[in-house]
Amino acid sequence: MNAVTPDSGLHYVEDFTRNKASLPGRQQPWVVALREAAMRRFLAMGFPTRHDEDWKYTSVAPIERGRFLLSSGQPRAVDKPQVDAQALPGVHLLVFVDGHHVPTLSKVDALPAGVSIASLATLLERRRSGIETQFEAAASYPSAFAALNAACMTDGACVHLAKGVRLDAPIHLLFLSVTYGLAAHTRSLVFAEEDSHAVIVEHHAALGTPVYFTNTVTDIVLGRRAQIEHHKLQQESVRAFHIAAITADLAEQSRLISTSFALGAALARTDIVAKLNGEGAECSLDGLYVADSRQHIDHHTRIDHNVPRGTSRELYKGVLDDASRAVFNGKVIVHPDAQRSDAAQTNRNLLLSEHAEIDTKPQLEIWADDVKCCHAATVGQLDAGQIFYLRSRGLDEETARALLTYGFAAEMVQRIEHPELRQRLDGLLRGRLPQQLEAEVLS
Amino acid sequence: MATQPAELQAALNRRYDAGFVTDIESESLPPGLDEDVVRAISARKGEPEWMTEWRLEAYRHWLTMTPPQWAKLKIGPIDFQAISYFSRPKNQPKSLDEVDPKLLETYDKLGVPLHERARLAGVAVDAVFDSVSVGTTFRKELAEKGIVFCSMSEAIREQPELVRRYLGSVVPVGDNYFAALNSAVFSDGSFVFIPKGVRCPMELSTYFRINAGHTGQFERTLIVAEEGASVSYLEGCTAPMRDENQLHAAVVELVALDDASIKYSTVQNWYPGDENGVGGIYNFVTKRGDCRGARSKISWTQVETGSAITWKYPSCVLRGDDSVGEFNSVALTHHRQQADTGTKMIHIGRNTKSKIVSKGISAGHGQNTYRGLVKVEKGADGARNHTQCDSLLIGKKCGAHTFPYIEVRNPGAIVEHEATTSKISDDQLFYCRSRGIGEEDAVSMIVDGFCKQVFKELPMEFAVEAKKLLEVSLEGAVG
Repeated sequence: MNAVTPDSGLHYVEDFTRNKASLPGRQQPWVVALREAAMRRFLAMGFPTRHDEDWKYTSVAPIERGRFLLSSGQPRAVDKPQVDAQALPGVHLLVFVDGHHVPTLSKVDALPAGVSIASLATLLERRRSGIETQFEAAASYPSAFAALNAACMTDGACVHLAKGVRLDAPIHLLFLSVTYGLAAHTRSLVFAEEDSHAVIVEHHAALGTPVYFTNTVTDIVLGRRAQIEHHKLQQESVRAFHIAAITADLAEQSRLISTSFALGAALARTDIVAKLNGEGAECSLDGLYVADSRQHIDHHTRIDHNVPRGTSRELYKGVLDDASRAVFNGKVIVHPDAQRSDAAQTNRNLLLSEHAEIDTKPQLEIWADDVKCCHAATVGQLDAGQIFYLRSRGLDEETARALLTYGFAAEMVQRIEHPELRQRLDGLLRGRLPQQLEAEVLS
Repeated sequence: MATQPAELQAALNRRYDAGFVTDIESESLPPGLDEDVVRAISARKGEPEWMTEWRLEAYRHWLTMTPPQWAKLKIGPIDFQAISYFSRPKNQPKSLDEVDPKLLETYDKLGVPLHERARLAGVAVDAVFDSVSVGTTFRKELAEKGIVFCSMSEAIREQPELVRRYLGSVVPVGDNYFAALNSAVFSDGSFVFIPKGVRCPMELSTYFRINAGHTGQFERTLIVAEEGASVSYLEGCTAPMRDENQLHAAVVELVALDDASIKYSTVQNWYPGDENGVGGIYNFVTKRGDCRGARSKISWTQVETGSAITWKYPSCVLRGDDSVGEFNSVALTHHRQQADTGTKMIHIGRNTKSKIVSKGISAGHGQNTYRGLVKVEKGADGARNHTQCDSLLIGKKCGAHTFPYIEVRNPGAIVEHEATTSKISDDQLFYCRSRGIGEEDAVSMIVDGFCKQVFKELPMEFAVEAKKLLEVSLEGAVG
């Protein structure tokens, strides 16, 4: 199936071999074994090609050709004010520069008992860190990128929430890229035990517009009745490549709220997998992608209803301008015996330019009978009647269009509960509109 | 749910009325496939040189291809060398009056009258028995209007220019694995040509029947509607009950020029195999319509109840400006049947419109997949599509899957897709039962309502047949 050329990804293997002695955990046999096994897996799989159904619309050849280098040493120094401009107020902030945690830029306030936030690099240096099992569970690596990530991971955040802990302030993981030509393989783990609750913002941004490659993986494990909000904000450099995978395991009655805001990168691909493994689990996956110039933004989501009485909701919206292209593929799989599953999925797209392209594929696989599942997808443009209405109220055509576009996308922002994050997203969205909206139009 | 009454239990073994074998002498080519077989088929049919070459080209191309693997189907290996590619009744009739009475009886049993009753029914029929057409009714009446309705073999002999111009122009020889195979070995099928400005005065229909064992049926249908012409065409199919899997790989091509309209309806009732999945027809069909002219319209309606495996995507290429494509489908899978079916709507011309209504019903261990593509090309300003696909699940072991691909490259296009999957709700059943309607009847009523949108697109006689077929097919599905 995989049309792998023998040298597919060979550069990345060589680069790994050259640098593995400087990766964290080099003295821990379990880490070394894990990296080697993952590398073999990557080599066996090779980079996906457009012959793979999951990569039909997205070519990763530029990443292969880009020959990005592992950033194994110390990250470059970054001015603190530049970081502070990106940080959200009132959060526990962890800053990573080119894939390495920088404690001097981070700011974690006093955490309630039962909450620990550690850098992955320090855990990899320990003989027993408690995260081995998570890697064993993930060792099948759904994609070559996940395998490459496990082999090369440099750092990331490990969040552990003990039973019943509620963390009010969000955890803001800020992944900054500053250096041309580097590959940052970051991996984060979130363990939420029974009845715990936290909000996590995974934020990818750049200083300047360097060309680089982000390959990030996040694993979230939710215990019974745990609730995690995971907000991903992708604001990479417009010349960057961004590959992300998020996997969540949901126990009984746990709840995952996932959002993905994709605004940056030349090529971005996000895979989100939610596994409803406990009865009564609930997940909601929301997303917004706004693309222009020649950006290519791809989202693949997969929701597995493995047991009865799971609920899933999904809404993704896209606004595409210029010669941009977006891909959406949402799978909902109701496995045998997952009776009384309830799944609804919607994807709406707005095409603003004659050169933009959308490829959407909502997908239902149902193997049980007592279910309620639906999906919908639309592609369209701004409604002529609505534009007419606004123009009859004295707005010029351009403003009317901008306002309607904003209204289409703002729904996703308004669903965010956290006020500071919502405000930040709203500002970003307005900045991306074809025309700046004047304050009085929106007020 | 209530325990099954005894009579229901008895009906559990699904009836397949068309499962008999007609004992008729036939001559077949020995099983196997190579260039000589292709030449032999061509020779037996007395085809001109260009046709033989065309077949050989397809055969050579086929050799370079591999069977498609992407469908959500479990297909046992097919031994293409074990199939006989040509079989025909020994006594070749000169006209309908000379047709072997046994054959006529077969068609009577199937409810396809080739004789006087046909006149009453007012439907012109082309009956294809294994590899050859055994008779076409109403030819004279149609010829008066300039309409050509005959078997493909005759068309190749008598209308070579038309066939040459259009054959393979919609589905090229190398289009896909099964289309290439069909192009190499196709035996018969129907040819319809409606000249400029003519509205076909009656329904045209072809009835396909597989009779001989160890054969495959590879028919080829070509329908051409010239400027302003219109035609409605029906197709039905059955096969005897056998333990082997028989292959049916057909190609249907439709060409609609300016202002022409073609309506193509299928009631597919090939033998589906028994409840354990033994036997049944592999129905691997390529159907495509080309709306070549402006304001042309092609509409596909299909009721798929038979076949062990269905692999079929009747498609419309909307090339002409303002052309319209439609796809209405009911696909039912019961026992171990598998269906991977859907459509492709390719919007190329401006203001092209397409509508897709797909109703899937899964029962027993049946697996039903809708796979569709709506593609809007750059130049297709004002393109419009609406897709609705609903799945109904009956029983705990069946599956229903939806794979809609939507690719849009034009900002002026409006594409909408919606899909639902659910079972027959207890409320609906309870309501019917509280009104004194038995469970079986209630289910059949609800299913009928579920499919109504598609059935109303079928010509009347077919709609009745389709409804009955669905009832029979679903017997024993509830309980």
